[in-house]
Amino acid sequence: MHEWALAEAVIATAKRAAREKKLRRITEITVKLGELQQIERTVFEFALEQILAQEDALVRHAKVVLETERARFRCRACHHEWAFETEHFAPEIAEAIHFVPEIAHAYVRCPSCRSPDFEVIAGRGVWLASLKGEE
Amino acid sequence: MDPRLAIIAERLKSIKKIIAVAAGKGGVGKSTVATGLALVLSKMGYKVGLLDLDFYGPSTHVILGLSEEIQPTEERGIVPPKVHGIEFMSLVFYTRKNPAPLRGPDLTNALIELLAITRWGELDFLIVDMPPGMGDTTLDAIRLLKNPSFLVVTTPSRVAYETVSRLIALLSELSIPILGVIENMRRPSDRVRLSLGVRVIGELPFDEELEDALGDPERFLQTEFARRLREVASAFKES
Repeated sequence: MHEWALAEAVIATAKRAAREKKLRRITEITVKLGELQQIERTVFEFALEQILAQEDALVRHAKVVLETERARFRCRACHHEWAFETEHFAPEIAEAIHFVPEIAHAYVRCPSCRSPDFEVIAGRGVWLASLKGEE
Repeated sequence: MDPRLAIIAERLKSIKKIIAVAAGKGGVGKSTVATGLALVLSKMGYKVGLLDLDFYGPSTHVILGLSEEIQPTEERGIVPPKVHGIEFMSLVFYTRKNPAPLRGPDLTNALIELLAITRWGELDFLIVDMPPGMGDTTLDAIRLLKNPSFLVVTTPSRVAYETVSRLIALLSELSIPILGVIENMRRPSDRVRLSLGVRVIGELPFDEELEDALGDPERFLQTEFARRLREVASAFKES
């Protein structure tokens, strides 16, 4: 249920942004789920539902749209680009990356030159992509 | 928008005081002081957490004698395990024995993630073992932790003084509270005593017993090093 912590973070951030934009009511929150973090979508949705049910009118009835973003890496040494594949990992390694995606640097190597010096160019983790609401 | 930043203050609100143990350079015993301080404060009856932010060279788990089967538990986030009475969090739970070659933005992301998902209990003190110097993680910790106070560790060497004076200058410029300087590994023959403009609140001897006590907290607490650290801890408990 580590997803719960991130769901709380999404709602807290949406409320903060809504207050800054002087929104009376948030109607829609779009969240990108970067594939590298391997968020359990159903667990995350359940956590969001539970948290929203406890919230005030500003956000309680917001629709949450979840979009998955493929994770891609680019090697800084040889510029090779590749996609993240979880099935290559033992469960405990996949879980470690799930908690802190940067842990990928301890286990993933460039498939072309074996360098650990790569960047995550897409699909790292949970990101609040957009917010709709009524003023 | 990064959703994690808004939740960090909430995650830290159960902590009364955050003490960042920092140094200008590596090798001055910062991690040993940080871990020792956590152990001593816990022994004094305080509720203590220890967070290892030295991502390139994590070592507090070695000093604590962490066994491999101990892991954080998942409960609406990550709950740090209690190790010898201390709530303990480190990236080594996830990197295990592998190196973690992280560049600046990765260090920042890893720190934000840890702070956003870790659910600390009610703590009197969170001791943070900082990386040496004033790179990304130090700047991020200053930005993200709730009013940290710094405890600066040096050795009685002109080389260490040179580096630590720059760290103190930076912290002073940023108006970060400095609890004081701890001078570690002092030998009777040491003559260097330079002024850093900050109070030296502890002199810890070079303790021949210490190396053998690493990984065994009960033995560690019997050392002269720990006894002197207890005096330091008693002093800032009153401050």
